[in-house]
Amino acid sequence: MKVLCFAAGFLAFAQAAQAETPVLDVLTYDSFIAEWGPGPAIEKAFEAECGCDLRFTAAGDGAALLARLQLEGAKTAADVVLGLDTNLTAAARKTGLFAAHGQTPAVDLPVTFEDAEFLPYDWGWFAFVHNKDLTAPGDFKALAASDLKIVIQDPRSSTPGLGLLMWIKAAYGADAPAIWEGLADNIVTVTPGWSEAYGMFLEGEADLVLSYTTSPAYHLIAEEDDSKAAAVFTEGNYLQVEVMGKLASSDQPDLADRFLAFMLSDAAQEVLPTTNWMYPAKVPASGLPKGFETLAKPEKSLLMTADEAEAVRATALDEWRAALAR
Amino acid sequence: MARRAGALIAAGLAALTLGPVAVVMMQAGEGMLSSADLAALRFTVVQAALSSLASVACAVPLARALARRRFPGRGLLVTALGAPFLLPVIVAVLGLLAVFGRAGVVNTALRGLGLPEVSIFGLGGVVLAHVFLNMPLATRMILQGWQAVPAERLRLAQSLGFGPRHVWQHIEVPMLRDVLPGTALAVFAICLTSFAVVLILGGGPAATTVELAIYQAVRFEFDLTRAALLALMQVGTCGLAVAVASFFALPAGFGAGLDRSADLPAPDGWRRISDAGVIALATLFLAGPLLAVALRGAPGLLALPVSVWPALAASLLVAVLAAPLAVGAALALALARAQGLGWVGPIAMLPMAGSQLVLGTGLFLLVFPFVSPATVALPVTVLVTAIMALPFAYRILAPQAQVLVTDYGRLAASLGLSGWPALRLLVLPRLRRPLGFALGLTGALAVGDLGVIALFAAEQGATLPLVISRLMGAYRMTQAAGAALLLVIAAFGLFWMCDRWGRGGTEA
Repeated sequence: MKVLCFAAGFLAFAQAAQAETPVLDVLTYDSFIAEWGPGPAIEKAFEAECGCDLRFTAAGDGAALLARLQLEGAKTAADVVLGLDTNLTAAARKTGLFAAHGQTPAVDLPVTFEDAEFLPYDWGWFAFVHNKDLTAPGDFKALAASDLKIVIQDPRSSTPGLGLLMWIKAAYGADAPAIWEGLADNIVTVTPGWSEAYGMFLEGEADLVLSYTTSPAYHLIAEEDDSKAAAVFTEGNYLQVEVMGKLASSDQPDLADRFLAFMLSDAAQEVLPTTNWMYPAKVPASGLPKGFETLAKPEKSLLMTADEAEAVRATALDEWRAALAR
Repeated sequence: MARRAGALIAAGLAALTLGPVAVVMMQAGEGMLSSADLAALRFTVVQAALSSLASVACAVPLARALARRRFPGRGLLVTALGAPFLLPVIVAVLGLLAVFGRAGVVNTALRGLGLPEVSIFGLGGVVLAHVFLNMPLATRMILQGWQAVPAERLRLAQSLGFGPRHVWQHIEVPMLRDVLPGTALAVFAICLTSFAVVLILGGGPAATTVELAIYQAVRFEFDLTRAALLALMQVGTCGLAVAVASFFALPAGFGAGLDRSADLPAPDGWRRISDAGVIALATLFLAGPLLAVALRGAPGLLALPVSVWPALAASLLVAVLAAPLAVGAALALALARAQGLGWVGPIAMLPMAGSQLVLGTGLFLLVFPFVSPATVALPVTVLVTAIMALPFAYRILAPQAQVLVTDYGRLAASLGLSGWPALRLLVLPRLRRPLGFALGLTGALAVGDLGVIALFAAEQGATLPLVISRLMGAYRMTQAAGAALLLVIAAFGLFWMCDRWGRGGTEA
């Protein structure tokens, strides 16, 4: 009996101790929490200073993340959502699930970026990646006129695919359909996601693939292979800005605020370039990793605001489909 | 007994496949279908029908050649027919591209000879890939039909002096009428919901399938009503195909035999040469991409990240739990159907036409209000995998369960043989071969299936396909290829063990 009482008391104590450790739930995309992704290092660093338990939940890619959040609605256990991009933020805002972050951190983006609900944590330029032995075209018109073969992603299932749609729309507006018609005979195929396209490019199925200017950095730093390069286009290269936001339903609002701030601190920003292979939103004091200085730097950056992107998406998608559905 | 169990399982299956669709349907959304959706439906049906016909057309001569010829390596070839079907889609596609792609073997050879290149992208490529993936499965299903022809019929044919033409007319054609419609239907249903193959090899938005429209509706538009409508459209199409197939199907009715083994007559002359040619061509067609998968994966095998091993264990656990569940339920359904409960047949095929994304989303919506989805990831994954694999097991078991009931049903009834003794003395021994094949196939499918786990995945407990997709998403293509090879080895190993048990060590 005594033992039982002791056990009950011990259990209650243990549970109380557990309850005292606050838990911060972060909903993010799949590749963030992989063992080679930024997740493990960030979890360790944040837990060391917050006295809390940081838990990641993964849900596919950025678009799947938003769908997941919409499925869960206000009942979600998540406190922070990390991994949407600016093409998705308008829809995310419309859910009404996000709270204002109220922070004004200094960031190093090539464009000014202000958003009451979402904070950027990393970014990259979309670009066509190719082998260095190829002389890459300088803009979309040159690409369309060439007989080079490209692989792109489907804007209906992939965020880079949607990025290319916005890129051409931002650069050419009403002339976008003509550009797509010109590109039609260059496109080998349209894949459901980024990885299929990139894999096909590496297997030699295409001369160029839609990816990021930072992609060659992976090959250079992780594989010591400097054979890849990214093409800078004179129209400008479109940006992907990855953002995070705090949920209004969070039971740990202060902790969520701390996490958002932590993500923009050096400790987190230093991890991102060589795990997520993107530029950090705020360059840490230690600078960018060696190798990033070799990357192509577009002079001009294109980015639609979240509302613009939301407004043109349906039209751009119809134009894309009409031009490519031969 | 079998009828009651079958009816219960069928009802449960219908609830589990259609319930989530209903839940998704009830969510907010405009639910408007557009003309693009109808175009997608048209393309989906056309590619699925062509793929199904082409797969079956190639499978019949191959199955026939395998049924009547004996040669070294034949057993290995029959087992290896299970392999293409088990490949994760993107792995299979990269394997095919290594042979038929722009930088592939075929085009390199053509360039060397100064001939024009061929492009794999387009409807032709989609059909080619579907034939590569499904023709071997169809061959195995049809081969079972040949093997189930009682030896007595063959002896009778021999004593009547039947030539190859008469054997074809009186024995093989009736057998094919029994087996082919179901086989064609299974391939059609698989191709109907095929998504990544069609998109990658289709070459652009002209090759849009209903499954992609569902994807778009769920992920970018969050119009769940529309997603559910599209999923129902897919189920409806498959229902139509079931009706068409049952219109053509005709039970062979050979009668029972005494299980003496007799080889099919193996005619000499040009038939021998054509059989050899068919087997050689098929081997070349299937081995090329498989070899490419092995060669791509081998370097990565040595550099696998540690997270691969728990993922492999998780995948095997799912397989070991899901396969007996699927095969047991399929057996009950097949027996109930054979005992006259006709309506369970179409229901057994239902999950094949269902959209995985809609099923997963519906289950998520059902579970989420009560528990954290991550905590039930394993049971949900096992359940969904079993549901998804059930139609395959059913298709494999159904024809021979019918034969079993026709041949032995009255005898069993007159002896009062039912329940467990009937299962042990009659059903298991007589259906051992299809049961082993079905267990192996469903187990292997479970290992290789990404399925709905992505929606329920927690930080821990990722399955192997999920780890492969994470590796590919992080530039680690070599490691991904290695992990994919590991998956193929695991899935194929499981398949081989079960299939071998089914064949009882005998020549297939």
